[in-house]
Amino acid sequence: MSPSDTFPKLLLQNAERLGDRAALREKDLGIWRETGWRRYGERVREFSLGLVALGLQRGGTVAIIGDNRPEWVIAELAAQSAGAASVGVYQDSGLTEVLYVIDHCDAKFVIAEDQEQVDKILGMIEQLPKITHLVYSDPRGLRRYSHDKLISFEEVERRGRELHAQRPELFAQNVAQGKGGDLAMICYTSGTTGSPKGAMLTFANLLTMAMSLHQVDPRRPTDEFVSFLPLAWIGEQMMSVATALAIGFTINFPEEPETALHDIREIGPNVMFAPPRIWEGLHSTVQVKIMDTTPLKRFLYERLMPVGRKVADLRLEQRPVPVVWKVLYFIADWLLFRPLKDRLGLLNLRSATTGGAALGPDVFRFFHAMGVRLKQIYGQTEISGISCIHRDERIRFHTVGEPIPGTEVRTSERGEILSRSPAVFVGYYKNDEATRATLTDGWLHSGDAGYLENGQLVVIDRLKDVLRLADGTQFSPQFIENRLKFSPYVKEAVVIGQDKPYLGALVCIDQGIVGKWAEKQKISYTTYTDLSAKPRVYDLLQREIDRVNQTLPDAAKIRKFVLLYKELDADDEELTRTRKVRRSFVEERYAGIIAGLYGDEQKIAVDTTIRYQDGRTARIQANLAVREMGAA
Amino acid sequence: MSGPILDISRLMLRFGGVTALQDVSFSVENSALNAIIGPNGAGKTSLLNCVSGVYHPQQGRIVFDGQDVTRLGPAARTRLGIARTFQNIALFRGMTVLDNLLIGRHVHQKTGTIAGGVYWGRGRKEEIRERERVEEIIDFLEIQPWRKQVVHTLAYGLQKRVELGRALALDPRLLLLDEPMAGMNAEEKEDMARYILDINEERGTTVLMIEHDMGVVMDLSHRVVVLNFGQKIAEGAPEDVQRSPEVQAAYLGGHAA
Repeated sequence: MSPSDTFPKLLLQNAERLGDRAALREKDLGIWRETGWRRYGERVREFSLGLVALGLQRGGTVAIIGDNRPEWVIAELAAQSAGAASVGVYQDSGLTEVLYVIDHCDAKFVIAEDQEQVDKILGMIEQLPKITHLVYSDPRGLRRYSHDKLISFEEVERRGRELHAQRPELFAQNVAQGKGGDLAMICYTSGTTGSPKGAMLTFANLLTMAMSLHQVDPRRPTDEFVSFLPLAWIGEQMMSVATALAIGFTINFPEEPETALHDIREIGPNVMFAPPRIWEGLHSTVQVKIMDTTPLKRFLYERLMPVGRKVADLRLEQRPVPVVWKVLYFIADWLLFRPLKDRLGLLNLRSATTGGAALGPDVFRFFHAMGVRLKQIYGQTEISGISCIHRDERIRFHTVGEPIPGTEVRTSERGEILSRSPAVFVGYYKNDEATRATLTDGWLHSGDAGYLENGQLVVIDRLKDVLRLADGTQFSPQFIENRLKFSPYVKEAVVIGQDKPYLGALVCIDQGIVGKWAEKQKISYTTYTDLSAKPRVYDLLQREIDRVNQTLPDAAKIRKFVLLYKELDADDEELTRTRKVRRSFVEERYAGIIAGLYGDEQKIAVDTTIRYQDGRTARIQANLAVREMGAA
Repeated sequence: MSGPILDISRLMLRFGGVTALQDVSFSVENSALNAIIGPNGAGKTSLLNCVSGVYHPQQGRIVFDGQDVTRLGPAARTRLGIARTFQNIALFRGMTVLDNLLIGRHVHQKTGTIAGGVYWGRGRKEEIRERERVEEIIDFLEIQPWRKQVVHTLAYGLQKRVELGRALALDPRLLLLDEPMAGMNAEEKEDMARYILDINEERGTTVLMIEHDMGVVMDLSHRVVVLNFGQKIAEGAPEDVQRSPEVQAAYLGGHAA
């Protein structure tokens, strides 16, 4: 028996080893309150024995729903200490999903945070016959509730203390019975289609992942981490539970979900893992604040930011930084970057990672410029959350990095990303069919299309969204379009190529930004249509597309493009209300132009009417230029 | 359990020739959550003003917790445990949420100007204690994200919440709410209704509120007093009051069938 192969064993070791050092910290009534490792262990013991006293058995499951609080992780570890698996339920998911997950996972115990969650469960209690106990941790508003299944967190703890007094050896025995191969949690993935699937992860899976990640992105026992993303998400479990227990660092819980960014500033975390929207949010906050600040500060920002970017680029390309630039950066660091990082709470940040989706290179560069070495993480719930991460010395914005130690990554003939490691899950709970479809010979099928480039993985798109050229070359229109849209000059782009000999693109310029550029270049123009037809605007966009082409494989580069004479518009049904391109509609509507992309003509004659938002219509007769890449 | 906390008998309030309240009597049990309803100009706010001490009735008696408060001023009544919110928000707009709530605590501070100014020993201890109390209210009303924001930059619904918070800071035993949900959208109303219920149930505070939203009144209140032209025309459980022909007539302007 290994002494540290389960979470509860690690917890007890940390309690022994680290004693009263802070394990958890929660902001309550405006003050950060600490729970030491010893106390953390005691609270888990009390709650765990309480659950046992109420009938929790080995092999059972405990569902947990609520915001990030110490009670969440205490409940999780308590369940695991008793030999049961924890199931996190997203606190903001819809009723049908909550019902499905709690029923499907066969949980007898549901740990709910507050009245809001209790109301949800009680409202559906008839459809949840397996539940024997509904535990709530915040009694606010629940005083007058009387339901025979309802019980408070404190009451469970009290029963746990009673049981501990009767059988003081029981908890240690329960923990000692656990093995690395035991089920630690069932993580439900919110599938875009069909019901959620419950990925079964063992302690061995999760701890392998934690230690492999630690090897390439080291954590320290003195690190601070702020837990503000849903604990039902594998990414948060990786950090707040698995890694925190394995390394022994401190987890901080914000006062309320809304105060998270403010609380981050107070804590100044050393480690941060967040999806792109958080990083993008920080980036745009700075942009907006700079516009409103004093002229001196704005002046400094505008002069010193380019210094940061220049030095960041040199470092990323692993080229030596000339002494002059080092000196300039030193000045910029003290005048701008350090105060800025302090404002954002990023001053102590050593490990910054993003995961869950792609992050634009501009945002990446912004953080690198000020010395936050942001790295991309890629993985699935089914591989305990991570298979690839950027290495410090080899960060390339369009890749998701290299496999972590112990992980093999390859692509199948269809271009699907496959991965294999000891962190790959055991299977889906009560869904062998899905397990068979996802796991073959230990290889996990991600459903993502991608390719390896100098040892780094590039993710293209969901496999089902990938199209093929006439010669069979795969490409993801969305992937390329997003890359194009990273350019400030491009408002929308539609990439064409299904069953065609090469890729073509319809591009809509961003009138505001291209217009401003044109003014600076002393190019006069009247309307959008006029601006988009200027040869020098074509040149500008060609350079932008060229930049994207450099990151694409040869067979899937954009060969020809046109600048559309109007913006794509939801009112014209060309975009959905969430501003996604309605591909088939656009392809049909602009069939003539698309045909022109694959002909020999340099010009396409267009004769059409457009409708303005005020209802007026205008007839447009134009010769739309087709630009061939590499031709100008 | 200990009888009425507020007992109003034969209240008469006149402004010149206008009789605002005429012979109004009712009582509020301890820990109750009661509502006053009535058409516009029925005298609801005047009644609340009499209870809080803004107006002094020409006749009648107001007994709060066994003590005759009819002749006491608003400040004295506040010290006894009566707090209120206003129909139109009355906060210090240029101050932060935290400061507005701390001002609510002022009535309970014992340190004098000098001892408080020195911020040493007693003053400091008191300041910490008061801040703790205010933090509990902030937690209770879930306004942590706006703790240090200046009040006038907040949304209307939030300002209402802050005003409620300031009333709570007075540690009232009787809380008077003048249209706590006026001008709110459905979601804000729902939140406010929950806070009022929680104040009543969790803290055991007696609540007397004026409210126009009948749905809210019917859902929340234990008893309802109906005023019309300064007179009490009905009193009872919400569903009984709703069925009363006089009340229907007062609201619809017609005659009882």
